[in-house]
Amino acid sequence: MRATVAAVCLAIALAAPIARAADDDSARAQRWDALAATIFPGRHVTQAAGFVGIDAPVRAMDAALVPVTLTLPTDRNLKALYLVVDENPSPIAAHVVFGPAAGGHTLTLRIRVDQYTNLHAVAETADGQLYAAARFIKAAGGCSAPGSETPEIALREAGQMKLRLHDEAGAETADLLIRHPNFNGMQMDQVSHLYTPARYINRIDISYNGQSVLHIDTDISLASDPAIGFGFKSDGTGTLTVDVADTAHATWHQDFPVAPHGT
Amino acid sequence: MHLRRRALFAGLCLCCLGGADRPVTLRQVAAGIYVRRGVDEDATRDNQDAIANIGFIEGRDGILVTDPGGCLADGQALRTAIRGVSDKPIRYVLLSHIHPDHIFGAGAFRQDNPVFIGHANLPQALAARGDFYQTQLDGILGPGQAGPLVQPTMTIATTHDIDMGDRRLTLTAHGPAHTRTDVSLFDHATATLLAADLLFVGRVPSLDGSLSGWLVELAALGANRPALAIPGHGPVSVDFTSAAAPLIRYLTALRDQTRAAIAAGVGIEAASTSVARSERANWRLFDDYNGRNVTEAYKELEWE
Repeated sequence: MRATVAAVCLAIALAAPIARAADDDSARAQRWDALAATIFPGRHVTQAAGFVGIDAPVRAMDAALVPVTLTLPTDRNLKALYLVVDENPSPIAAHVVFGPAAGGHTLTLRIRVDQYTNLHAVAETADGQLYAAARFIKAAGGCSAPGSETPEIALREAGQMKLRLHDEAGAETADLLIRHPNFNGMQMDQVSHLYTPARYINRIDISYNGQSVLHIDTDISLASDPAIGFGFKSDGTGTLTVDVADTAHATWHQDFPVAPHGT
Repeated sequence: MHLRRRALFAGLCLCCLGGADRPVTLRQVAAGIYVRRGVDEDATRDNQDAIANIGFIEGRDGILVTDPGGCLADGQALRTAIRGVSDKPIRYVLLSHIHPDHIFGAGAFRQDNPVFIGHANLPQALAARGDFYQTQLDGILGPGQAGPLVQPTMTIATTHDIDMGDRRLTLTAHGPAHTRTDVSLFDHATATLLAADLLFVGRVPSLDGSLSGWLVELAALGANRPALAIPGHGPVSVDFTSAAAPLIRYLTALRDQTRAAIAAGVGIEAASTSVARSERANWRLFDDYNGRNVTEAYKELEWE
């Protein structure tokens, strides 16, 4: 049974808002100001709700796997996107740099959430402007929550990939799955009383027919077995190439054929 | 109701509830097999995590306990109840799987110096999760109330027979199913299957191993033609085939509808609120677990 975990989540869900409501908003605003100053030193970040849409469950089912859907502006004058989980120990979940072959209007990721937090999506336009949108998420415990019961097996399978292609108006969309436990260094081994060393994916490169689609720098805030949904400008044929690296300097490479639809 | 109960405890009555032991009432379901019915709730300070079906088997040469209980106090209460029935030596304690409501009573039996038995994956699973479970359970029951983590002293990778003098018990280590650490027990003398959490009756199952694997193991469990089965949650004695049917139906709906959602490009979040809803009226605690089960199923099946 997951009995205790569920009960604890419930307890936190009920207790936290009462205890923290008074100072929450201002504390969260201060936290974000400090983060923004660290991530974008000397630059102005414009609060622009809706410039990038953030869709995520208000109350997450599983704090270790919170699906986030980012809706990108139709004018694709975007250089990059930052996804920041304000209250996480390592807040930058992903820094996504769009390449010439990027397309589509949505980007999906799965993140870990350690405590009630704002999510910020910051879009950087080609002319260097920064636009931030925020969303509040109620979830807790996702960073220290243990993943697989059998971490050694999880690591043996690391680097396996799967790609699913869908057709969306104007662009091809793809769901990329990557096996990796993304150990975040916060889970203690009860026998040795040592923390399982952090080992996680820190770079993902996706290209199509030799042109970059996305370059993503990631961190421990990404859920184990990362899943990324993205769009690309497709000719309906060719090859989608994925290169992944983790913090132990392991690398994985895979080519996925892109077949014309309707065949 | 949860809210009201919690508010009461937090505000008024922390002191008197933490250490209050709930006595264990055992029912003999077959010759020499005794079971305590767990309540169909999540762990609370009030129920002391006494939510799983636990008990023991008495043989000529001694006693096998399974499971030892949901916290140290639950294990102690079980031991007291056992001693009210039999003074034979407690030779074995079987830990049916990793989940806290089944294993945290094990510390109560250390004084008997039994063989603690678990799945070959259990030591690693305890290493990965034990500390987390203990902290969470202490958070519910009170500091230090969960009890110690007890590692198995004997592990099983396939099957293992135990001779109790007048009865033979076959332990089977299962592939990933409810968890990755499931062990079931079959008593040949009475043809009783102790299925532990491979079988949920009435309470919605929780998926923490492999959905496809669980359906495979359920099909295999009936092969011994048990005269009766003891589920990990639900009534203490059931007919296996008829009790397993609703579980198989739920898991099949979960599998088929999750597969359909993946094939249709429905995201994991949308799936978690739409899959297997037709089963809602059939299970207690459905709303607490179904969405999570869908998330687990989705993570597994999207790799097919």
